[in-house]
Amino acid sequence: MIWSKEETMSRAEIEAIQLTRLKDTVKQVWDKVPAYRKKMEDAGVKPEDIQTLKDLAKMPFVTKQDLRDNYPFGLFAVDKEELVRIHASSGTTGKPTVVGYTKRDLEMWTECVSRIAAMGGATKKDVAQICFGYGMFTGALGLHFGLENIGATLVPSSTGNSEKQIMYMKDFGTTLLVATPSYALRLAEVALSMGIDPKKDLNVKIGLVGSELLTEAMREEMHKLWGDDMLVTSNYGMSELMGPGVSGECEHMCGMHINEDYFIPEIIDPKTGEVLPPGEKGELVVTCIYKEGLPLIRYRTKDVTRLIYEPCKCGRTTCRMENLDGRTDDMLKIRGVNVFPSQIEEVILSVDEIGPHYEIILTRKDHADRMEIRVELLKETDSYKELEEIEKKIKSKLRIVLGLDAKISLESPNTLQRFEGKAKRVKDLREGI
Amino acid sequence: MYIKQLSVFIENREGRLEEVLDVLKQSGVNIVSLSLADTSEYGLLRLLVNNPEAGKKALRENGFSAMLTDVLGVKLCHRVGYLQELLEVICKNGINIEYMYALSTGTDDASIVIKTSDLEKAAAILKETAVELVTQEEIA
Repeated sequence: MIWSKEETMSRAEIEAIQLTRLKDTVKQVWDKVPAYRKKMEDAGVKPEDIQTLKDLAKMPFVTKQDLRDNYPFGLFAVDKEELVRIHASSGTTGKPTVVGYTKRDLEMWTECVSRIAAMGGATKKDVAQICFGYGMFTGALGLHFGLENIGATLVPSSTGNSEKQIMYMKDFGTTLLVATPSYALRLAEVALSMGIDPKKDLNVKIGLVGSELLTEAMREEMHKLWGDDMLVTSNYGMSELMGPGVSGECEHMCGMHINEDYFIPEIIDPKTGEVLPPGEKGELVVTCIYKEGLPLIRYRTKDVTRLIYEPCKCGRTTCRMENLDGRTDDMLKIRGVNVFPSQIEEVILSVDEIGPHYEIILTRKDHADRMEIRVELLKETDSYKELEEIEKKIKSKLRIVLGLDAKISLESPNTLQRFEGKAKRVKDLREGI
Repeated sequence: MYIKQLSVFIENREGRLEEVLDVLKQSGVNIVSLSLADTSEYGLLRLLVNNPEAGKKALRENGFSAMLTDVLGVKLCHRVGYLQELLEVICKNGINIEYMYALSTGTDDASIVIKTSDLEKAAAILKETAVELVTQEEIA
């Protein structure tokens, strides 16, 4: 279902809204955020220089580092008393990045998430269980208010206590699951261990997954565990921009529709910073054009994608961003080869004899990188030959995809760590990196 | 004719073997015979137990990859050359021996456990040669 008429506007209408809002936002940060004004002055741009959408390219980029340098509220464009909520990123590397919302920001957020939830099939009839961690993380509350706005019945079960989660699903008749893909797999596993087959004994037909990459192989794995008729869509966002709700997949699953009346996407060459023409792959840069609290302009997401402007079969005319291969942040350089963990994941999910969980361990010995991949053996066997063949199969598939050799370690089922939030599957033990 | 062997996958890590044995102990499963090779990364622990189904169930519940495999238990005469003669017969018929280990049945005679490529054929040949096979009941 299409939630708002703004999702089907003509390109000219979208661009007219974008230009008005962009000009307002530029003026707002110039007037109210000294750190921003300084950035603009350094770049030699004034608000009146922004006359067309193309002029956006004159504006300086904002990065996570800018947020850190101005910790906690330095980039906020409103007085603190106007804020009604604060969220923060986990901040695994140093200070967290702090984001703030005014009342209108929260209304916009709810609108954006309502749209992406409706795209993913949610209706007021759904019983939506939110298995994202509630708290400073934007994921849970973002989805919460959007789904509530649609009229769905919410089960705010958060993460953890997986057995109880399954009990709620069964007893409350949960039809919609919000989780990271890896936690959704974990929940299915726990259900099976309780003698409950998610395919037959539960009624979860919609999966709104996010906060982690959803590869096609992972989507297939979700279908295997939760049933072929489950509509599994991914959605995109980040706290710096708002949280979830920047974009989401519709039932056609051909890229994520961006809420363009609130965000302007650009694709740049990450090295030169130059804007690339539509259809080319590069780093996604997003400008918030309707936010009051923290209106970031040209925020570098570090996510690699391309933009698709052709209208979708679903009827929406908004620009789509292709599903992500990985974040530039997650990319590993192994023996000089660029590797996204998602590529390894695709290989692992394609081998039936092993489970979907894995751990990548990188070490360095004699100046050479070594990669070990730990996987769980699912196939029961009494034959060393068969075990060797499984190892060989994984190795040769990896060699084809990555051009790299890896040591494969087979482990018993349930020995690798399970994750409730974002999975941390890479252990980089190489020194000096 | 066949006996059920319990095969368990274990990583070559401190304490893993002990964990398997502990699970069996906790579920009252008695081990009659076993075989384990000194491989580097992981191994297959092969066990004959008094109650293979109970052993498999307990191990799976404790997160181990365990399965039952049909093997042959063969009673041997305690004399020089007997085993060689027996294997000669098997090999002549084009049957490959996958693995083999000794089995103690508590009697004076020796026994072995063998897994061959064509188990049915191997069993038939052994029967023709008037060899006595160990039954599941004998180790229960």
